Amino acid sequence: MRKLLLIGLKDLKLVFRDKAALIFMLLAPFLLTLGLGFVTGQFGSSGGGIANIPVVLVDQDGGQLGTALVELFQSEDLSDLVTATVLDDPDAARQQVNDDLVAAAVIIPDGFTESIIPAEGQMEPGETVQLVIYGNPTRPTSVGVVKTILEEFVARLEVGRVGGTVAITQLLTSGLVPPEQAQAIAVEMGQHQAESLAESNAITLTTNVASEAATDFNPLAYIAPGMALMFLMYTVSNGGRTLLVERNQGTLPRLLVSPTNSAQVLGGKIFGIYLTGVVQMLILIIASTLFFQLQWGDPLAVLALVLAAVFGACGWGMLITSLAKRPSQIAAIGSAIMLTFGILGGSFFSLSFAPGWIKWVSRITPNAWGLDGFNILALGGGLNLILEPIAGLLVMGVVLFAVSLVLFNRRGMALK
Amino acid sequence: MPAILEVKELVKKYGDFTAVKGVSFDIQEGEIFSLLGPNGAGKTTTISMLSTLYIPTGGDAAIGGHSVTKEPMAVRNIIGVVPQDLALYEDLTARENLVFWGQMYGLSGKTLNSRVDEVLEQIGLADRAKERVKAYSGGMKRRVNIGVGLLHKPRLLFMDEPTVGIDPQSRRAILDSVKDLNKQGMTVLYTTHYMEEAAELSDRVGIIDHGELIALGTQAELTRQVGENETLLLHIGEDEDAEALAKSLKGIPGVLQATATDHEVSVIAREAEEILAPVVTKANERGIKINSIDIREPNLEAVFLHLTGRALRD
Ligand SMILES: Nc1ncnc2c1ncn2[C@@H]1O[C@H](COP(=O)(O)OP(=O)(O)O)[C@@H](O)[C@H]1O
Ligand SMILES: [Mg+2]
Repeated sequence: MRKLLLIGLKDLKLVFRDKAALIFMLLAPFLLTLGLGFVTGQFGSSGGGIANIPVVLVDQDGGQLGTALVELFQSEDLSDLVTATVLDDPDAARQQVNDDLVAAAVIIPDGFTESIIPAEGQMEPGETVQLVIYGNPTRPTSVGVVKTILEEFVARLEVGRVGGTVAITQLLTSGLVPPEQAQAIAVEMGQHQAESLAESNAITLTTNVASEAATDFNPLAYIAPGMALMFLMYTVSNGGRTLLVERNQGTLPRLLVSPTNSAQVLGGKIFGIYLTGVVQMLILIIASTLFFQLQWGDPLAVLALVLAAVFGACGWGMLITSLAKRPSQIAAIGSAIMLTFGILGGSFFSLSFAPGWIKWVSRITPNAWGLDGFNILALGGGLNLILEPIAGLLVMGVVLFAVSLVLFNRRGMALK
Repeated sequence: MPAILEVKELVKKYGDFTAVKGVSFDIQEGEIFSLLGPNGAGKTTTISMLSTLYIPTGGDAAIGGHSVTKEPMAVRNIIGVVPQDLALYEDLTARENLVFWGQMYGLSGKTLNSRVDEVLEQIGLADRAKERVKAYSGGMKRRVNIGVGLLHKPRLLFMDEPTVGIDPQSRRAILDSVKDLNKQGMTVLYTTHYMEEAAELSDRVGIIDHGELIALGTQAELTRQVGENETLLLHIGEDEDAEALAKSLKGIPGVLQATATDHEVSVIAREAEEILAPVVTKANERGIKINSIDIREPNLEAVFLHLTGRALRD
């Protein structure tokens, strides 16, 4: 038992030294929560003193993304927070700042869209053209808010771009797409990205929940657990991946020739994945409590739900691991499952209005059960009300672990 | 002296391919025993079976009286393993690696800490123990890799080609530390494809080729197999036809064997000096330029050549 714990702790230490893993485990869900929170206007209405910040926009770009950004500033969701006007002349815009008529001028330079969405016949997008913000020094807080909106917009572009690149690479390497078509697909994905940015209501998933809850429901209480659960799937598949990495790098064979039996080794690896998932969820919960003043509900019940959700997710991690031959396969399957489960399980869009069969299928995801539970808790429910989600997650974990162990055994533990 | 390791008819098949074909040998307590053989001979496969990683297809081995197939746990407590390829956590420091592996060998508390300190001293990394392994040179990584195998003071240490791919200085340090460990009473099974290493370290040598142990004994015993013969090593130009020269040299009276490798031709004869003149004449006749000539006393390389007709390193 001691060795099992030590192996798990070693894995926890390793994952916290892996920058790429930390970005996906902690930074990505945090930023996305922040971004979706902005889009839903959460920060605008709760901002107290800050409202109706006057902003002037100059769109020299004229492309999809420039338009999307202007639309974002003029959207319903941000209407309480900012009042945006559009000018053609950057110098006139700057003058308005100098005259203290507005808090900031945002200039979208020519070529902004093209620097992110590659033009036809060009494989890689060029150097990113930077958005320019000209801030009013007498209104630092307002400038800060505008800056955050811009950063958020760019961050989401980046996530989309990286995601798109990864997806294209996967299609290419799997041979599903010939290289000569990659360019066309990249452009299409970019345009898609721009469209979804423009219709920001594609992400305003929270209104449904809010109306159901009738009272003062904080939309972040839906978004934050959704994002946390989605990136929990990353953590468990990445954890499973380390099992195969250890086999390739020789540390697994080395463990097996030490006086440590294979049950201890496998148990230790699983414990490490579980521990990492729990730590990730707790960090995200604490961070959103501190930074977004989010109320997750009864702490003990939240902990119980976290323990169950990570268990269910670990089951999926083990299943993926038991099916894969190489670490890269796990990475590919893992990210596909992360996105599928994110969508299917309601991490992006509330399932309230989804057809019944989707709700039924969504029950295979830890996201759906977990979200149910977290929503109940955020609305003030106690442990007694989340017994069903907890049971669902535990059953999921047990079934998946059993299947994975059978598969592991059939392949000679996949160890030797 | 009792045998700490007894190998009986060990066989390993990978599918249809037999990598180890019934190998048997013993190692006495206190010995350094080398398995010498070219790449692909079956050295790693043999060590993997002896260290309980692979289950043998046939045969068995006993270590300290325990069967590797029936009592693997008992065996694992006796042996230390230094795998051919680095097996470390690169994102952990040298010290953290040693602590983790020490724990896996059941060490804890003060014993663990003092053993880690001793081993760090032994592998000469005490002052850089807090750096991540990732940042180390190849030679330093190799030394940590060896250190991990020493933590629990194993009675029998397996070292699988521990000097491959490192600089001469680190290699020297490793060979010296193997001798040191042996002086302190550790029995060592050392595999290599370098004849010089086997010659320098071993009390006894087993020569392995294509999964078979083709010779076994002290170096003196093995070289006697080639007789009192000597080897004449001709270094020729890059563009010259070594094969053709070797063929033509076979005709010279007194030449027992002539074999071509890259830019060298080895000629075995009872007295190297007697054939020196005719060999040079023959080369001149064929217009082949000889850059230099070495005369070698019988050695393990000659034994391998004698037994297989091939050079150890191809
Ligand atoms: N896992 C494996 N599957 C199939 N063949 C293998 C495997 N491992 C080694 N071999 C083959 O077995 C032979 C012996 O390999 P190995 O024991 O690694 O030799 P050595 O360590 O002497 O270089 C080689 O021909 C090698 O290609
Ligand atoms: Mg080998």
